[in-house]
Amino acid sequence: MPMAHVPNLLPAVPELFLAVIIMVLLMFGVFQKTDGGVEDVKTARLTSGVSVACILFTVFLVVNVGSGRILAFGDLFISDSFAIFCKVLVLIGAAATLAISQGYLTRHDMSRFEYPVLILFASLGMMMMLSANDLMSLYVSLEMQSLSLYVLAAFRRDDMRSTESGLKYFVLGALASGMLLYGSSLIYGFAGTTNFDQLAALFGTMGEHGPDLGIIFGIVFILAGLAFKVSAVPFHMWTPDVYEGAPTPVTAFFAIAPKIAALGLFIRVMVGPFGDLVSQWQQIIVFVSIASMLLGSLAAINQNNIKRLMAYSSIGHVGYALIGIAVGNEAGIRGILIYLAIYLVMNIGAFACILAMRRGDRMVENISDLAGLSKTHPVMAAFFAVFMFSLAGIPPLAGFFGKLYVFLAAIEAGLYGLAVIGVLASVISAFYYLRIIRVMYFDSNEETLDKPVEQEIGIVIGISGLLILLFFAFPTPVLSSAATAAASLFAG
Amino acid sequence: MGQNYILTILTFLPLIGALLILSIRGDHDIVARNARWTALWTSAITFIVSLYLWFKFDKSTADFQFVQKVDWMPQFGISYHMGVDGISLLFVLLTTLLTPLCILASWESIKNRVKEYMISFLILETFMIGMFCALDLMVFYIFFEAVLIPMFLIIGIWGGPRRVYAAFKLFLYTLLGSVLMLLAMLAMYYDAGTTDMVVLMKHSFPVGMQPWLWLAFMASFAVKVPMWPVHTWLPDAHVEAPTAGSVILAGVLLKFGGYGFLRFSLPMFPDASVMFTPLIFTLSIVAVIYTSLVALAQTDMKKLIAYSSIAHMGFVTAGVFTFNVQGIEGAIYQMLSHGVVSAALFLIVGVVYDRIHSREIAVYGGLVHRMPCYSLIFMLFMLASIGLPGTGGFVGEFLVLIGLFQVDAWVAALAATGVILGAAYMLYLYRRIIFGQLTRESLLKIKDLTPRELAVFAPLIILTLWMGIYPGSFLDFMHVSVANLISQVDVALAASGQLPLAGH
Repeated sequence: MPMAHVPNLLPAVPELFLAVIIMVLLMFGVFQKTDGGVEDVKTARLTSGVSVACILFTVFLVVNVGSGRILAFGDLFISDSFAIFCKVLVLIGAAATLAISQGYLTRHDMSRFEYPVLILFASLGMMMMLSANDLMSLYVSLEMQSLSLYVLAAFRRDDMRSTESGLKYFVLGALASGMLLYGSSLIYGFAGTTNFDQLAALFGTMGEHGPDLGIIFGIVFILAGLAFKVSAVPFHMWTPDVYEGAPTPVTAFFAIAPKIAALGLFIRVMVGPFGDLVSQWQQIIVFVSIASMLLGSLAAINQNNIKRLMAYSSIGHVGYALIGIAVGNEAGIRGILIYLAIYLVMNIGAFACILAMRRGDRMVENISDLAGLSKTHPVMAAFFAVFMFSLAGIPPLAGFFGKLYVFLAAIEAGLYGLAVIGVLASVISAFYYLRIIRVMYFDSNEETLDKPVEQEIGIVIGISGLLILLFFAFPTPVLSSAATAAASLFAG
Repeated sequence: MGQNYILTILTFLPLIGALLILSIRGDHDIVARNARWTALWTSAITFIVSLYLWFKFDKSTADFQFVQKVDWMPQFGISYHMGVDGISLLFVLLTTLLTPLCILASWESIKNRVKEYMISFLILETFMIGMFCALDLMVFYIFFEAVLIPMFLIIGIWGGPRRVYAAFKLFLYTLLGSVLMLLAMLAMYYDAGTTDMVVLMKHSFPVGMQPWLWLAFMASFAVKVPMWPVHTWLPDAHVEAPTAGSVILAGVLLKFGGYGFLRFSLPMFPDASVMFTPLIFTLSIVAVIYTSLVALAQTDMKKLIAYSSIAHMGFVTAGVFTFNVQGIEGAIYQMLSHGVVSAALFLIVGVVYDRIHSREIAVYGGLVHRMPCYSLIFMLFMLASIGLPGTGGFVGEFLVLIGLFQVDAWVAALAATGVILGAAYMLYLYRRIIFGQLTRESLLKIKDLTPRELAVFAPLIILTLWMGIYPGSFLDFMHVSVANLISQVDVALAASGQLPLAGH
């Protein structure tokens, strides 16, 4: 008797593992729960530690899943080098944020086991996003990560700004999801399929008369939805408010993992199913990219709150990454992937520094609070300066190389205008990164920040700082794995 | 080709010193003392190592020497490629000579955060040496741009009252020029398929593309030189920087621009260089005359010398674009002698600033009565700056003027007025500070040079006189390289149907 067909689970083993762990941790947390008190904090700490370990193990699983292009679950799920590369980045981001969150959560009486579980849920959603090979699985996974993120934004329940930012994020995010869904339905209506491979084949053989207007509309709606998720202009309005309102570790998480996952998804959708329609959507991306770079650099100049500043900075950085998508070829995608890897490390480091900004056990968020940091915390100030110079893209720090490869692709593709505006925006943005360095090094302080910096934060700052400093000496691992990942997208 | 590690060792030796200083712990005074000595020893050893280049350099070839080439980013064909020729070698030596002098000059004037200061200086030295040795576009760009980080910190932390403004202006001005150059480099890489400068010098870029590339490079080098009208960051940076910062800025950083023109613009974009020569001449002449006049009106010593630097660099840019041996060798020589002389002049200002804490010219007067030794040294460098025969300044200006005269007598005549104006503002400055009656209360107890200060000036005095009396020992290094550069340009111009401007 033939056995029932068993789906090929192998490519999804990391996701399955993570899902099982989430369930176990959730149950563990629920059964351990008391009515507040020391026990709960202990449970939360344990859950968090186990989560970090499990995420790291998942990285190991992801890397070993095999680099070939494997489809599963009725072609809804794909595993290739591109997905692996992005998943590793996302997971590292999640693990690092969990590691630097603990002190903040304990101090603000938020140490609950739900926090790591929600981060894990979001990470699982992001991994599935990166492996989506169908508009259906894209939507489902995107919602899974978004819903976790909405809750995380409002995680500090007794704080007005936090709940407000959660609500704001939810309402606008739901709108964006709606647009995305509407676009998907248009695509389905006009193309008759939601599968990426079939869409790609369909558009590849379209010939001269070009796609239907309905398809174009569908792409525009999907683009709008995705632009919201990566917080690109003109769908960026939520970013500064949510970044400022959300608890700082959550902000760090927002700036790192979901951004990388959403950009990965963006890349897969644009070069996968719609890759042959590049002439139709290129100018939209060019516009979005220019607008993001300019807004990111101009609007940040006047910010005094460092979290808001980082929000605008992240908008600007999305603009640079989008240059690579606008180019739309293998070199462009390779450029973005290198960019994302470096962006991840820079932002982990920068947010770890921001999390260390506290005075009398309370977080401070103004740039002026950093005054005189170079005298009271010389090591942290030096690393913070390294992150800022790197974000500004000054060689020999890693941030320069991130920009370099993106601009290289743009020049090769003849997008000179985009490249020139990009570098000019980066000069403008250098101004506000320098401002932070100036406050730390040139201004003197009235009050000092607390000492010592927590151990976990110190370790994260140290590791990411050294990676940024020494990237120029050992660039090959990142460059070659990004090249493999980019090539895998164009192999099919 | 065998690997030669000498340039890599030379480049990263100061960095090792910086790491050593970083590891110094303990009491404030002990840290400061150890940091000073470590920095001095490191930079002195670097200088001694660099002398190896002076003795081992083969003056009979235009090839790059002491070459090292290692794969760096093989995916992109970018390699770590170092080497020097007759043009860059002397700049490397200038850098290694000035750095220990700078550290010696800041021995007592820098009192707070000595450790960080010395680290910044040594890192700066690494970047500067690397910039002159780099033979790959990316390596060059990284060193070229990275210089901004330590310079920003040196001006911003240890500078004067308006240091923040000056540091930001320096950083953003230079960055704006550099990023455009970066795009041009990427376009060159795309066109030629390599970032190896040796290959690129032989590659002929499409004539239609050259003007754009040239302009992008110009954007960066013109800011660095600095040429009129993008010179305004320089007076601010000089006035606010600590003495040693000004010395390095005038002595080495300003040479990046002239060196860049020689290394990139001329050999790689010969057609565009010929095309834009009138532009360069115009800007240079304006710089020479205008900034000399501005210098006459200054009341701040450092600002006056800063403006005189711009005027002198005007000679350099004009000389580079003469496309003849005298002009180009004169430009290089002018850069070298300006590196020594202006460095010395800033140190001279630093000496009285350390004592009186003012750079206002009006505060001084009659110093000759209390400081004869100081006055003598000041006179020597003042005359060298004017270009008196027998000092280094003369040879460079004279060669540039000869070169210019072959191209265009009018340009030469206008440039020559700069020499006269230069004499005017320098003599005027000297008169106001040194001569007259010593009437001011604050100056009555001023002391003459200390042995440490004499030790700083001694090598510069010897060098200025040596460069003036026997220029051959320096010019010999560059003859073959410059001739090779000119023949490269001529061949490229002949190939594209344009006649070279000069040389016949």
